[in-house]
Formats: sequence, C-alpha cells, structure tokens
Amino acid sequence: MIKTEHLSKRYGTLTAVDGVSFEVRPGEVLGFLGPNGAGKTTTMRMLTGFITPTSGRAWIYGHDVETDPIAARSCVGYLPEGAPLYGEMTALAFLEFIADLRGLRGAARRTRLDTVVQRLQLEPVLQQSIETLSKGFRRRVGLAQAIVHDPAVLILDEPTDGLDPNQKHEVRLLINEISRDKIIVISTHILEEVDAVCTRAMVIARGRVVADDTPAGLAARSRYHNAVSVELEKPEQLAAAHDTLAGVENVTSVEVDERFARLTAFPATGTSILEPISDRMAHAGIYVTALRLEAGRLDEVFRSMTS
Amino acid sequence: MKQIAIVFRRELGAYFATPLAYVFIVMFLVLAASLTFYLGGFYERGQADLEPFFVFHPWLYLFLIPAISMRLWSEERRSGSIELLMTQPITLWQAVVGKFLAAWAFAALALVLTFPIWITVNYLGHPDNGAILTGYLGSLLMAGGLLAVGSCMSALTRNAVVAFILGIAACFALLLAGLPLVLDAFRGWAPPGLVDAIASLSFLTHFEEIAKGVVDLRDVLFFAVTMVCFLAASVVLLELHKSD
Repeated sequence: MIKTEHLSKRYGTLTAVDGVSFEVRPGEVLGFLGPNGAGKTTTMRMLTGFITPTSGRAWIYGHDVETDPIAARSCVGYLPEGAPLYGEMTALAFLEFIADLRGLRGAARRTRLDTVVQRLQLEPVLQQSIETLSKGFRRRVGLAQAIVHDPAVLILDEPTDGLDPNQKHEVRLLINEISRDKIIVISTHILEEVDAVCTRAMVIARGRVVADDTPAGLAARSRYHNAVSVELEKPEQLAAAHDTLAGVENVTSVEVDERFARLTAFPATGTSILEPISDRMAHAGIYVTALRLEAGRLDEVFRSMTS
Repeated sequence: MKQIAIVFRRELGAYFATPLAYVFIVMFLVLAASLTFYLGGFYERGQADLEPFFVFHPWLYLFLIPAISMRLWSEERRSGSIELLMTQPITLWQAVVGKFLAAWAFAALALVLTFPIWITVNYLGHPDNGAILTGYLGSLLMAGGLLAVGSCMSALTRNAVVAFILGIAACFALLLAGLPLVLDAFRGWAPPGLVDAIASLSFLTHFEEIAKGVVDLRDVLFFAVTMVCFLAASVVLLELHKSD
C-alpha cells in the first residue's frame, strides 16, 4: 500500500506539490493526470525517494520514504521520465547491473532476467549498446529494469510518451498484464491512456489534487455525460433536425456542428433523452446515420479542471 | 559493501567502453616517460633511482586526474541516469565511494603500466626498490586525493568540461598550497596560524616526503583524510543538487 499525508515540495517561492494526500491499494492502477508542470513528476520523485519532501510524509508498504529509504525503494520499480539509461552499456549488462543492485543472486537472478527479456522481447538487442537502440527498444529496456525484481509497486513516469501507436499499445498491454495484485502509478497527459489502463484517475493541477475518481466517474462530470449526438445523412435537414431536437422534452440545449452535419442535445440533469429523440427523428422524417449516447468527454473535464 | 562493489564494477567498465580510457593511458605513459628522460635527465644524472620519474607526477596529475574524474557525476546528472541510480536500494555514500574507487583503480592501472621504467632502472643499476615502492605508494595516494577533489567538482555541475576545468583549478590550488605563489596571497592579511594551516594542505609537500622514500604516517593520514573530506563534500553537494 502507498500512503501519503500532506506531501509538499517547495522550491524557493515555487510550490511544486501542495499538500497531496492519498492512498493506493494493491490491484489499483492509479493515473496521475495533469498538464505539464502540475507536479506529477515531483510527486513520483518523492514516492521513489529521489527527492525529499519539504513537508508531509509518504509510506510504501509501511516504510517511510524519508527515514527508511532503502526498504521503501526495495518495494518499488521506477521508470523515470524519458527513461534515462547508461548509453554506453549493452542492454544485457545494464539489466544485470540493475538486477545486482536489486539484490538478485544466482538462479533467481537468471530466471528474472530471462523473464523480463522474454516479456519485453529484448532478445534481439541484448548485445547492443543502449545508445544505438531505437526509442521503442530503449523504453522497453527502461521498463525491463523497473520490473526485474518483480516489485510490489510500479511507478512509471509517462511510460508511453514519444512512442508510436503500436508501441503505446504494447506498453499498455504490459501494464494491464502485470497489474493484478500490484500497485501501479502512472503519470500521463494522454487521456485515452487513462481509459485504457487505469482503474482510478487523479487530476493534479498546480500541485494540488483537484479530482480523484474512476475514469468513468470523471467522464460523468462532463457536460457531455448522457448527451445524445445525432449525425444526419442529409446536411440540408440540419435546421429541421435542430427544431425537432429542441422540442423534445428535457432537452435543455442543442449544439450544431455544420461541418460533420452533427447535432448534440444536452439533457436536463438526471433525465434520459435517447429514446424520445430516436422516436421524434423518425416521426419527423429526418434521415439519421448515427445516434450515440455520450459517456462524457475526459478532455473536456480535464480542461475545465486544470485551466 | 556489495552495493559499492556493484557500482565499482559498472563504473570501471564504463571507462573502457569509450576510447577515453585508452587515450588517457597512452597519454599518461608517453608523457611520464618523455618527462623522465628529457626534462628529468634520467640518464645524465647517472643515479639508479626513479626520482626524475616521480617528480613530474604532480604536474601530470594536474591535467590527467580531472580528466578521469570529470564525468563521474556530471554525466549522471546530464543524462538523468542519476535518477535511475538513486532510486535503487543504494545510499548516496555507497554510490559516491563505488564511483570514486573505480576512478582510483583506473588511475592505479595507469600507474602500474609504467613498470617498464622500473625494469629499466633495475637493468641499468641497483636501485633501492623499497624507495621506488614508496614512490609508487605516494603517487597512488596523491592520485586518490586529487580524484576525491575531482569527484567533488564533478558533483557541482552537469557539464563535464566545466567539471574538468574546475577540477584543474582545485587541484592546482591544493598542489601548490605550500608554495609562495599561493601563500603570498594570504601572508599580507591572514594570521600566521592560518598561513601555516594552508601550507600544511599542500599535496606537493606531502607527496615529496613519501616520494623520497620516507613513509610518515602523518602524510598517509593526510591523503586519507583529504579523500574522506572531499567524498563527504561530494555526498552533500549531490544531496542538494541531484534533482536540479
């Protein structure tokens, strides 16, 4: 379990992290969401013991990160932002170095190294020096070092940043695969990632936690939550469709996107407008190609909370 | 201890992963030999000892030791790998000592490779091999002291070239602390006690005693204490600046 109490970090007059308190339990994948400079990296660095908090405390499985740093770090696998590595080493020598530092010896060391090499498909590049590797392989080496000792807590700072869509997909698969009975904390500003891997999302802005919810719960805060989008086959019916939608009971407002011949109707709080809209459109003879109930838009929630 | 050994091994390997190590060793050997034979007048003196060899070591080290130590920490901070290293279960002390020992072992290797000069002098005459061994010991201790200073300078900056230049400046001041060049700057205003204290910091004086074949425990202790102090300073500087 990870626990923090009023964790803060100040640099001179700048407050990077301002009284952050939370708990994370095994099985949870917590996503730190927030704009650049919001304090995500600083929070992670305090959890991993790289920087010391100005005030407040943090525990990793009961080990205080300040007073018992070695024990706390032993439970944690960490991928720092940008995945810095020792460029002149070969991938294998580097992983062996980390395995040694992590206290793996003998057969256990060999088994764990084989496991991570296989899992991250590093076999073809093991003898290459890290500086000659592609970005995707470098990131995989970074992930391999983070999980080589099979840590109970995995902290990944923007693990998919700068990767292509296929590589992003692979990293997300890996996170989903190992998330059972582990604690995973990832930071990101890619919102689709939150839906893809996180069970819980924490929005951080200006060093404070402004929301802490499930991804679905966060999306439900969007004004698009339960709104209905309608796409028309014939753009010339836009005006007619607008009037029809506006006439439906409980519809409070209608937005029109002329470019895609799309209308969005917003319901009064707690009401359902999907069925009445569907009925009315058919009645009015408006040709509809798509009718969609919106779950809510994370990016819109994100913007409203952090800007 | 284990963590120190692991860092030591990686760091020593890193020296040989780049051409720097080989360039350094060749330069050291060529310079040491040519200074001994041409400036030192090894043959002309007609004496079977290695004084003309050891006497140039402080000046060789002035440039070469900062070259060994410059990347120790500046490179870690520049590339960000310090974040990776310092989130492993290892203390800053262990990391500082491990890296320092690797640099020192590398310097020791360069020193050992000067053995042909020892063979030469034994071939030509009957030197006091005990005194030669003491000379090597003194040279090694001085290299260790300067490397600890270099480690400290490397911890100050993210830029290896800046670390190199700071290293030369700091080594220069410490080597020459006993000479008028440095002392005159203090004599005018500082109390005599302070001037003596500065004079006693001189690497050159302590080295020359040992190089002459006189192993005084105080000289050995001087270098040991210097190493500990500058490594402690490295730890403090890194603690303050590692995340900048």
